[in-house]
Amino acid sequence: MRFSVKTGAPLLAMALALTACGTSGGDDEEASGGGGEAGTCEDVSLGYFGALTGSAANLGINIRNGVELAVDQFNEENADCQVGLEEYDSQGSPDQATGLATQAIGDETVIGIVGPAFSGESETAGPIFAEEGLPTITASATNPTLAENGWDTFQRILGNDASQGPAAASYISDVLQSQSVFVVDDASAYGKGLADIVNEELGDVVVGDDTIQTGQTDFSATVTAIRSSNAEAVFFGGYYAEAGLLVQQMRAGGVEATFVVADGVKDPGFIEAAGDAAEGTIITCPCLPPEESQEFFDAYQEAYDTAPATYSAEAYDAANVFLEGILEGNTDRESLLEWVNDYEGEQTTKTVKFDETGEVENISVWAYKVVNGEIVADQEIETD
Amino acid sequence: MSFLIDNFVELTVTGLVLGAVYGLVALGYTLVYGVLQLINFAHSEVWMFGSFAAVWVTVALGVAPGSALPVVIGVLLLALLAAMTVSGGVALLLERVAYRRLIRLDAPKLVALISAIGASFALAEIMGLRDRVAGWFGLRDTLDPYVRSARDNTRFQNPLETEGVFTVGGYTVSNVDIIIIVSAILMMVALDQFIRRTRTGRGIRAVAQDSEAAALMGVNRNRIIRATFLVGGIMAGAAALLYLMRFGVTRWNAGFLLGVKAFTAAVLGGIGNVRGALLGGFILGLAENYGSALIGSEWRDVVAFLLLVVILLFRPTGLLGESLGRARA
Repeated sequence: MRFSVKTGAPLLAMALALTACGTSGGDDEEASGGGGEAGTCEDVSLGYFGALTGSAANLGINIRNGVELAVDQFNEENADCQVGLEEYDSQGSPDQATGLATQAIGDETVIGIVGPAFSGESETAGPIFAEEGLPTITASATNPTLAENGWDTFQRILGNDASQGPAAASYISDVLQSQSVFVVDDASAYGKGLADIVNEELGDVVVGDDTIQTGQTDFSATVTAIRSSNAEAVFFGGYYAEAGLLVQQMRAGGVEATFVVADGVKDPGFIEAAGDAAEGTIITCPCLPPEESQEFFDAYQEAYDTAPATYSAEAYDAANVFLEGILEGNTDRESLLEWVNDYEGEQTTKTVKFDETGEVENISVWAYKVVNGEIVADQEIETD
Repeated sequence: MSFLIDNFVELTVTGLVLGAVYGLVALGYTLVYGVLQLINFAHSEVWMFGSFAAVWVTVALGVAPGSALPVVIGVLLLALLAAMTVSGGVALLLERVAYRRLIRLDAPKLVALISAIGASFALAEIMGLRDRVAGWFGLRDTLDPYVRSARDNTRFQNPLETEGVFTVGGYTVSNVDIIIIVSAILMMVALDQFIRRTRTGRGIRAVAQDSEAAALMGVNRNRIIRATFLVGGIMAGAAALLYLMRFGVTRWNAGFLLGVKAFTAAVLGGIGNVRGALLGGFILGLAENYGSALIGSEWRDVVAFLLLVVILLFRPTGLLGESLGRARA
């Protein structure tokens, strides 16, 4: 890493980065420091931006592996165009994101970023990338408002929460055919947003709602409310930590309603916490089941000795969008950004084309189900 | 309102269960405060370490739910012993590392308070980073079942299956509910008797009343302080197992919220007062449940703390309001 940036001095770092960019524009020789493999694309790197350590490291590692696999495959096929991969470990924290984004900007070999992985860090890092014109494609940050900031550099290769909510609602009404639904949220931007959409979509079918707090461990009052409502299904908008506790206490309290949750719960940590109580839980996710694309699945399995997990395939696609551009000769940020904005092509998860705000046009939401302690694909959810 | 009335029994029982755990943890705050006038903010971490000790015992023994009753009881007793030992040990360690020197130098109370907060963070982070700590010693793989996903919830495989025992007012009271409430009350009575009747208990009361006079009368102050921390830790260990039996999950930072609640319970009942701790715990647990039922779960803390403020306005020393020293001398 070239710049060691303390978060305390982001302004100074920004200034340095600006100078660096300004003086070295179009001067490839000066930029080539490491003296790696020389080819037609000299010293070009992609960046991965997201958690690799910290509490949400698992999700980040899935994404990084997807990117790394794409880069490795690309380098193998294109001996004369070797692309590097820089990792920016944000630990999932918005506080770290500013410094890391500045660091990424300062390294002018980095011309495209897969990430930032989470919505919170996207909010703080996004403006920095936008200002410097460093194109980003996130494979996991699903807060809808991210696309509304007018950042030209922001692209999202999967459906946002606004598409997931209606999908969860339609699964509850069409597939489960529940006549009564209880909606719980965790008061977070993500969870409450989702729960509100589900509430609205389901309308009269909702027989009750409640709000819990992140970090809460006792849900007895909520469980009582759910049971006395006799709901056939419970939708929870929130993350896996609370979801695991809630479903465990629901089952212990004798509630048998189907538990429906969204992508924030699609993590082995949910099953770890809930144990047998997790069985039968429905998890919606705007992510393609990795086994839908056998070729990718096998390659990933071979490289990492484990099956691809949530958003690995999306990350792989995001990296490939960049890599195709690099192969076409777009080896600086400006032209690569243009390439991404105009991109239209087939990838493993979907046909990728970004609209003006950076949202991908072709969205699919899948329902997953917990069966024998594993999260397995159930079906693609039809929405209108 | 009708929801509260319709489910009154259920909300009461689950509130008491939660309150029992608050009460047992609150004892640690109350005892240490009674003796040293020091708020041991790291006590929540004492509880958290105990909860992990109980989890690890069940992981090591690998008992499936539905085993024969003697096995179940044996495992639970072992888990209880482990939790009490570890919690008691961590409490003693805290006293040694974070407080003893400060107390001897008669440092301002605020210094000890900061030391307590620091110790709390350190202990929580050590647990949250236990996978990496194990990695330093090359034990990451050997200890995998104990240290994996260190930042996530860790499940307690309760060997005792939750079963309904009897039904009142539409709520089936489970065996776990009964065990928790009864053991909390039993332990409180035992502790009360310990402080009232034993030599060490008399020492604790003496130091709480006037530590210098107690020293002149031949009470070994340091020994009494150690005993106080140890007893508080043991109670926290028991609370940890009871908590796990009901809620089934612990994590590295689970102590924080519980600690705040338990401390509140201690203040509510009258900090420094042993009986007040359990009473405060029960009232807080009930208030949270009733409050949630009345206005919605997002209001539970608002209701609970509003109640605390109102009670303290009228009884600034808490409900039972006496100090440890003056209580039943």
